[in-house]
Amino acid sequence: MSSAGRLSTFLLFCPAILWLGLLIVAPLVDMGALSVSERVSSDEFRFGFANYATFFDEPVYWQTFARTAVFAIVVTAATLVVAFPVALYIAKQAKGMGRVSLFTLSLLPFWVSELVRTLGWMILLRESGLISSLLQWLGLAHGRTELLYNNGAMLVGLVYGGLLFMLIPLINALDSLDDNLVEAGLDLGGSRWTVMRRIIIPHAMPGIVAGSIVVFMLTIGNFATAVLLGGKNSLWFTQAIYDQFITRFDWSQGAAFGFLLLGLSSVLVWLGLKLTGQNLTRSLQQP
Amino acid sequence: MNPTGLRLALWRLYVALFYGFLFAPLVVVGVFAFNASLFPSPPWKGFTLDWFIGHPFGKSGVLLDPDMLGAVATSIWVAIPVAALSVGVGTANAFLLERRKFWGKSFLSVAMLWPLVIPGVILGISILAFASRIANGLEDALDTDLDFMRPGLPLVILGQASFIVSIATLVVGARLRKFDKSLEEAALDLGASHGRVFRTVLMPFLKPALVGAFLIAFLMSFENFNTTLMLVGSDSPLPIYMYGQMREGATPAINAISLLLVLATGILAGGATILSSRRR
Repeated sequence: MSSAGRLSTFLLFCPAILWLGLLIVAPLVDMGALSVSERVSSDEFRFGFANYATFFDEPVYWQTFARTAVFAIVVTAATLVVAFPVALYIAKQAKGMGRVSLFTLSLLPFWVSELVRTLGWMILLRESGLISSLLQWLGLAHGRTELLYNNGAMLVGLVYGGLLFMLIPLINALDSLDDNLVEAGLDLGGSRWTVMRRIIIPHAMPGIVAGSIVVFMLTIGNFATAVLLGGKNSLWFTQAIYDQFITRFDWSQGAAFGFLLLGLSSVLVWLGLKLTGQNLTRSLQQP
Repeated sequence: MNPTGLRLALWRLYVALFYGFLFAPLVVVGVFAFNASLFPSPPWKGFTLDWFIGHPFGKSGVLLDPDMLGAVATSIWVAIPVAALSVGVGTANAFLLERRKFWGKSFLSVAMLWPLVIPGVILGISILAFASRIANGLEDALDTDLDFMRPGLPLVILGQASFIVSIATLVVGARLRKFDKSLEEAALDLGASHGRVFRTVLMPFLKPALVGAFLIAFLMSFENFNTTLMLVGSDSPLPIYMYGQMREGATPAINAISLLLVLATGILAGGATILSSRRR
């Protein structure tokens, strides 16, 4: 390489290193250091794992963490189940303009702010809301029904938020499925369920994994949808992190929580990729 | 695959219900923006434009509400530098990954995707804590105030850019990968300087991706909530302002601003989609 070439490569390197170094790596390292510092007196800290010990000693903390993790797994599974038939329809059944318009229509709601979508669900679900009024009008309920501020509302809102990130990888994966394989499976006497289980689902696996990873990550990292739709009952871990950092101003405890969440997220992403032999670059570039 | 009769009808019904589910929340947000009531919920009390341009119930319609307009202005004030920063760094990254060979390249290309798999809340708190630590150190050393390192809009800009750069890198990189290098070589053979080739051949080719990446980055910044929440000071961008209103139980004014937001988003997103996917 010429010296001019070397200089220009170096110059192209600078923004990348500044960005990743100062905005990602150094802050995370610092957060790790903060999480293992114990408060000795008002402004004196020493190395120690007290913040992590607090997490395990206080049931409300680890229960919130476990609840968030389990809830996110349920949301991911539900999103997959809801999205799969639609993805299969768009990829294999719809043709021509119908296919293009269905696909485009499915993208539209996700350009809209998360807050706006959540507002919509609040109007639908609240005690004085549309669904409650509709139930009364139909005579299915006497008096107002509060559908907001419970697990069901959180589940609906979070599944809704995850749908797009499941649909696109599923459609991409199913798109390449050869119709002849399905025909052959049926001709050879396989039931529809067998064909689904042995041919269609295995073929969609890269899309299922990519979609599930993204939906899981977005769900455990979610704040507004979970807190607004769950209300006081949300017990969501990002809320616990927020409380430590902003409300209680206990940054070292908050940093420990942050690290636990980051660990959970990373382990599940890594596990998902390992189990199916995929890599991060391909999964993220797919959509 | 040829499901027939009842099976196909049920499948279609499901798909139709799915799209109903997808659009129901957006439709109710829009419809109740025009309700002449103090609450964005049934019963319907008649059509009004007051929540946009009037003073209903002693409150202000969104276009006359200084707080709401201030939040929109704050969001724009944040989104423009975020988009500029993201496209600038993203373009440099794209050239580095697509055009250069160096040791550790495959590692760096994966590292550039990390910000997308780190929850936004964590990006926020880690940058908050790191900036404060530096500020504490420097303020003692330099004996001065470093307010821009404390929660506030400069930190919001850095926090949002920390992951939007990754997206800009992907968008510009995808376009650069499609560039036919023989065009560049032909121009060089014909005697053009490197600078001129860059200006007259490469930039026109990249321009749709650069504009598209700018619009996507602008939109992501404008709508970002998680990272912003951890880094805001006293000035709230629109999503933070809306969150506060929604917690307190909002009036249809929040629907009105949402509807305007949806319309503006539609125009921006449409533009971004067309520009970033335009083929030659």
